Amino acid sequence: MKKMNKTTKSNMVTYLMVIVIFIAVQAMVATGNVSSLLQGLLVPLCAYVILAVSLNLTVGILGELSLGHAGFMCVGAFTSAFFSKCAVEAIPAAGVRYLIALLIGAAAAGICGIVIGIPVLRLKGDYLAIVTLAFGEIIKNIVNILFIGKDSKGFHFSTKDSMSLGLEDGGTVIVNGPQGITGTPKDSTFVIGVVLILVTLFIVLNLMHSRSGRAIMAIRDNRIAAESVGINITKYKLMAFSVSAALAGVAGVIYAHNLATLTAQPKNFGYNMSIMILVFVVLGGIGNMRGSIIAAIILTLLPELLRGLSDYRMLIYAVVLIVMMLFNWSPKAIEWRERYLSRFRRKNNKSTKEAA
Amino acid sequence: MSFISYLINGISLGSVYAIIALGYTMVYGIAKMLNFAHGDVIMIGAYVVMTAIASAGLSPLAAVLLAIVFCTVLGVLIESVAYRPLLNASSSLAVLITAIGVSYLLQNVALLIFGANTKSFSSVVPVPALVLAGGKLTIAGETIATIISCVIIMVVLTLFIKKSKAGQAMLAVSEDKGAAQLMGINVNGTIALTFAIGSALAAVAGVLLCSAYPSLTPYTGAMPGIKAFVAAVFGGIGSIPGALIGGILLGVIEIFGKAYISSQMADAIVFGVLIIVLIVKPTGILGKNIQEKV
Repeated sequence: MKKMNKTTKSNMVTYLMVIVIFIAVQAMVATGNVSSLLQGLLVPLCAYVILAVSLNLTVGILGELSLGHAGFMCVGAFTSAFFSKCAVEAIPAAGVRYLIALLIGAAAAGICGIVIGIPVLRLKGDYLAIVTLAFGEIIKNIVNILFIGKDSKGFHFSTKDSMSLGLEDGGTVIVNGPQGITGTPKDSTFVIGVVLILVTLFIVLNLMHSRSGRAIMAIRDNRIAAESVGINITKYKLMAFSVSAALAGVAGVIYAHNLATLTAQPKNFGYNMSIMILVFVVLGGIGNMRGSIIAAIILTLLPELLRGLSDYRMLIYAVVLIVMMLFNWSPKAIEWRERYLSRFRRKNNKSTKEAA
Repeated sequence: MSFISYLINGISLGSVYAIIALGYTMVYGIAKMLNFAHGDVIMIGAYVVMTAIASAGLSPLAAVLLAIVFCTVLGVLIESVAYRPLLNASSSLAVLITAIGVSYLLQNVALLIFGANTKSFSSVVPVPALVLAGGKLTIAGETIATIISCVIIMVVLTLFIKKSKAGQAMLAVSEDKGAAQLMGINVNGTIALTFAIGSALAAVAGVLLCSAYPSLTPYTGAMPGIKAFVAAVFGGIGSIPGALIGGILLGVIEIFGKAYISSQMADAIVFGVLIIVLIVKPTGILGKNIQEKV
C-alpha cells in the first residue's frame, strides 16, 4: 500500500470516526439501548452535523462570520418538500424522488447563496454577519406569506391567503403560508443521513485541500496579499459561500423529509437556529471539521440526556456552554492547560527513561 | 392624522431601540464584541420592576431605580466572569459564543423563577395621555415618556463622554487599548464601567418597552435586542449619534411597514432597508470609514 500523506490520513480518520459512530449507534439501536426519543433525534442530528460542517466552510475556511445559515437550510427544505409533494404520484420510487429532491434543494440553496453572496461578500466582519442575519430572517418571512396551489391549469401563487389562489374544485394547496407544507413523504432515514454526512465531508475536505481551497484560505489569512498574487477574491469567496449554502440546502432536504408538517418558525429556521449552528462550529474548533461533528453531536444530545433534570436542563446546558468556551479559549486557561500537560509529559518521559 | 400618529408611535418605538442600541454600540466600541446577552438584560430589568411593585409593594419610581441598580450589577458581573477572560482570546468569535451562552442562561433563569407564562406588565409611567387636534390625535403617556427619556439619556451620555474624565478614558480605550494603558488609564475598570452604563440603559429600555407593550415572557428581550443590534449597525456601530439615528429610523420604518404594507412583512422590510443601506454605505450611516493599511 502506498504511504499516505498527513492530510489524507487526517481525512481518513474523520471519515472513519463518522462510520464508527454510525456502527455504534446502529448496534445500540439493535440491542434496544436507545430510547425512542433519541431515535427520533437521529435524523435531525445528521442535518445538524451537515449544517455545522458546511458553516465551518464559511467561518473557518473563508473566515467570514455568517448568521444566516438557517435561511439556506430553509430554502433547501421548502423547495425539496414542494417538489416531493408534487412528484409523489409522478415518481413512485422513493429513492429516485429523494435523489432529485436533494439535487433541487442543494441547487436552490446554492443559487440563493450566489445571489445573496454577491452583495453581501463586499462587506466585512460584523457588518457581514448582520446582513446575513437579515437575509435569513427575510427568507423565513417570505416563506411564511407564500401560498402555492395546484389544479388542472397549473400552479397558482399568492401572498395573501389560500382563498385568493382561485383554485378550481379538486385543486390542492401545496404551500399554505404559515401552515407550511403538510404531507411531505417521510423519506429521510438515519442511513441516508450518514451517507450524506460522508458526502458533505468529502466535498468540504477535498475543497479545503484543492488549489481553490488554498486560494480561499489565502484570502482568509491576508486578503490584500492574496489579491496581489493574482487570486480572484470575488470568485473564490463566492465559491466557498455558495458551496456552503448548497450543503446547508442538503441539510434542509434531510430535515424536511423527516417531518409530517414543515413550517418556518423562528425556532427551526430563524436566527436562533443559525446561532446554534455557529455554536457548534466555534465550540468544535473553527476550521476543524472533526470538531464540528463532535460538538454538533454532543450539544444536540446534551439536552436530551439531561432530560431527567427536567426544568434545569437548559440552565445546565447554558452553564456548560459558557464553561467550555472559557476553558477552550481563554488565554489563561490555555496557558494553564499547557503547563499542566508539559509537566505530565515530562513525568512520563522520566518514567520511561527509568524503566529503560 | 393617522400618518402623524404612526410617525409618533414609530419615533417612540425607535427611541426604545435607540436606548438599547446605545448599550450595544458602547460595548462594541470599547470591547469590540457583540454582547448578545444585552437583550436579555432588558427582560431581567422588566421582571425586577414587576416583582418589586407586585410583591415588595415599592413605588414605581423606587422599583425602576432598583431595576437599574440590579441590572448594573448584573452587567458588571457578567463582564467580569464570562467576558473578561476571553477579551484577549485568539478568535473574536469565542466571546460572541460565550455571550450567546449568557443569553441562554439569563432566559432560563427567568424561565425557572417566573415560568413560561406571559405576565402582564402594568405601566409604571405616570404621564397622562395627550389629546390634540380636538380628539383626533391621542398620544399615549408612555409614548411621551419614552421620547423624553431618550432625549435626556442622549444629552447626558454625550456630555458624560465629552466632559468627564471617565468618558474621555472610554474614548481613549476604544481608540487604542495599549496606548491608553500606558497613559495610566485603568482599562479593565473602564470596560466594566461601559458595561455598567449599558446595562443600566437596558433596564430603562426594559421598563419603557414593557410599559408600551405590556406583556412579559423570558423571551421578551430577544427580538428587540436583535432589532437594536440592527439599529446600531444601521447608524454605524461604535457611534453614539448613529445609535440614535439608526434606532429611530428603524422604529419608524417598522411602524410604517406594519401600517401601510403588511404586518407580516414588517420585519422583512426592516431587514431589507438595512441591507440596502449597508450595500450603499458599508459601515452604516455615521460609521467611520477605516482605511486598510497595506
